[in-house]
Amino acid sequence: MSDEIKRGLKSPLRRKLLAGIAAIPAMSLLPRPTLADVPATSAVNTTGLAVTDNEVTVGILHSVTGTMAISETGSVEAEKLAIEQINAAGGVLGRKIKFIQEDGASDWPTFAEKAKKLLVNDKCAAVMGCWTSASRKAVLPVFEQYNGMLYYPTFYEGLEQSKNVIYTGQEATQQIIAGLDWVNKTKGAKTFYLLGSDYIWPRTSNKIARKHIEGHLKESKVVGEEYFPLGSTQFNSVINKIKLTKPDVIYAIIVGGSNVAFYKQLKAAGIDLSKQTLLTISVTEDEIDGIGGENIAGAYACMKYFQSLDNTNNKTFVPAFKKMWGEKTVIGDVTQAAYLGPWLWKATVEKAGSFDIDKVAAASPGVEFKGAPEGYVRIHENHHLWSKTRVGRAKVDGQYELIYETADLVEPDPFPKGYQ
Amino acid sequence: MFGDYSIGDLGAILAMQGFAGLILFSVYVLMALGLAIIFGQMGVINMAHGEFMILGAYVTWMTASFVEAYLPSLFGGYFFIAMILAFMASGSLGMLVEWALIRHLYKRPLDTLLATWGLSLILQQAYRSIFGAREVGVELPQWMLGSKQITDSIEVPINGIFVMCLTVLITCAVAYVMFKSRWGRQVRAVVQNRVMAGAVGINTEKVDRYTFGLGCGIAGIAGSAFTMIGSTGPTAGQLYIVDTFLVVVFGGAASLPGTIASAFTISQAQSTMEFFMSGSMAKVLTLLGIVAILMMRPQGLFALKVRK
Repeated sequence: MSDEIKRGLKSPLRRKLLAGIAAIPAMSLLPRPTLADVPATSAVNTTGLAVTDNEVTVGILHSVTGTMAISETGSVEAEKLAIEQINAAGGVLGRKIKFIQEDGASDWPTFAEKAKKLLVNDKCAAVMGCWTSASRKAVLPVFEQYNGMLYYPTFYEGLEQSKNVIYTGQEATQQIIAGLDWVNKTKGAKTFYLLGSDYIWPRTSNKIARKHIEGHLKESKVVGEEYFPLGSTQFNSVINKIKLTKPDVIYAIIVGGSNVAFYKQLKAAGIDLSKQTLLTISVTEDEIDGIGGENIAGAYACMKYFQSLDNTNNKTFVPAFKKMWGEKTVIGDVTQAAYLGPWLWKATVEKAGSFDIDKVAAASPGVEFKGAPEGYVRIHENHHLWSKTRVGRAKVDGQYELIYETADLVEPDPFPKGYQ
Repeated sequence: MFGDYSIGDLGAILAMQGFAGLILFSVYVLMALGLAIIFGQMGVINMAHGEFMILGAYVTWMTASFVEAYLPSLFGGYFFIAMILAFMASGSLGMLVEWALIRHLYKRPLDTLLATWGLSLILQQAYRSIFGAREVGVELPQWMLGSKQITDSIEVPINGIFVMCLTVLITCAVAYVMFKSRWGRQVRAVVQNRVMAGAVGINTEKVDRYTFGLGCGIAGIAGSAFTMIGSTGPTAGQLYIVDTFLVVVFGGAASLPGTIASAFTISQAQSTMEFFMSGSMAKVLTLLGIVAILMMRPQGLFALKVRK
């Protein structure tokens, strides 16, 4: 079926959806449920959080200035959209969500300071925030000391679990193992060249990848493993090494501005990604915006969400996001994971029947969200999410085309045995 | 790792590796030239150098978007227009900054470091507010993409060749301006003895302003060229600033040939070591080497002999 025909079929549906979304603000004009339907504040808030009879305060804590603003902007946008939608649908336990946004300014001590402010001064019932592992590690003691609830959106290296954090992104084994199995099975890949930026996430992820390749895939081996300082912009030497070793798969976990340099130089060096298999776990649609679709077309990415996913939830989510933040914005994996935060929190609070942190933490395992753009997610006992892992192929227009998805939800395993 | 390869293959890889080193060399020279002029000739430590480069990159991006939308037939050649515009934009901003900020600080060189660092933060946030926090992708004309097949197994990236040619061109132009033109003589006279230069009728303020403008303008061209190999975002300038200072300081602050020699040494060391070990290790060893040499020769590779 050609693209045009598909679009033709989709558009009436899309129009209906848009009309539906447009009607959401009108719903707030309808008579509000009377206070009798709403549980009393004293019953749902026994620990002095910022909850009133008609409002509950949450925090948003991301970098909107500094280096990380590039990545964290999408998360802020998704969280605000989710909050707006929840409010339009009646709020949480009959209370509208009010958010206080703080700027972590890409500086880890600032994150800790602002987290403390949100918990101690503002008494936020939950905080959606952080992006890098470094910022999460900085705020973790604050959340544990003052007993707050953090919804953390980024895929990360695992090896962490806290009562006070819900990890809505994938941990490393979820993201890595399914992708390697897939490339081994369908492409017959035996030799892997591992690349990464030099910090904890790529190093831990490549360690897991190496263990899996050497221990679980038949006759497979790692033929090279290399790290580059963050911000490195010169990759010609390693590209020559790749040409020399001719690996079946280039496994790339390069982040930030380096990404752009790497893919541009790869293309310039004549490595054709339609022939050379490249699998990455660090390039979302957000990054492709900077790299340029023409430079990365043909590469495979392994994560849990792509903007192009074809399911009913996603078909409502994408237009709603674009309506709020502009037609040109793209939605990457982390942005989607950030969108899950407020919704999961709402579901948990309603399950617990209380805003109290301890009750929310205890009620979290088993909470599911059927409206997730990625399909369906459920919180595991270890506070990570059960989710599907998907492989997509980058296209010239900067979108991924879904190639493969796991049949079942993949269990999160932040402390994988045999992979450490 | 060399076991399974024929002599021909290895030769090809060595040739390509040599070329990778030359590209890195050109990149270093291009980013350091502007700084070498400002630091070397005026003694101003311009921490905002990277931000002037990124201004050039954003100008390139805007030109690309404009040409693509309104003059698609010219898209193949837009890059040349973009570089000229980048030079003018960064150069004029440089002259403005010199007038508003730097000229009040000539007697306090260390304070220029703080002032320009502040300027770099202001510019970063300005880019973020104007162009958005996300990176922008600069689309290149088709002929600049891909690589050129020289023999069966040797291929070199076209944008690398482009950067090399550009570097040669700009270096020659700067050398001509500095060492052959009347204006260059004035600049060097001001460097050697500001009071005396003023006494013989040189308008030192004007010379300062144009020197700073020239340095920033070259940064703009560099930024424009780097859209081919790197990213364009509000903080991308920070990626280059450390290497840039390294090249200039190692070369000997006041010397253009020194800058070139130092760029050559650092780039060759870096790219050769990168081939035999991991990228991070190569960087560490390069830095250690530079520190050791600077301890023995604090004035850098080439030092200008001046009477103190």
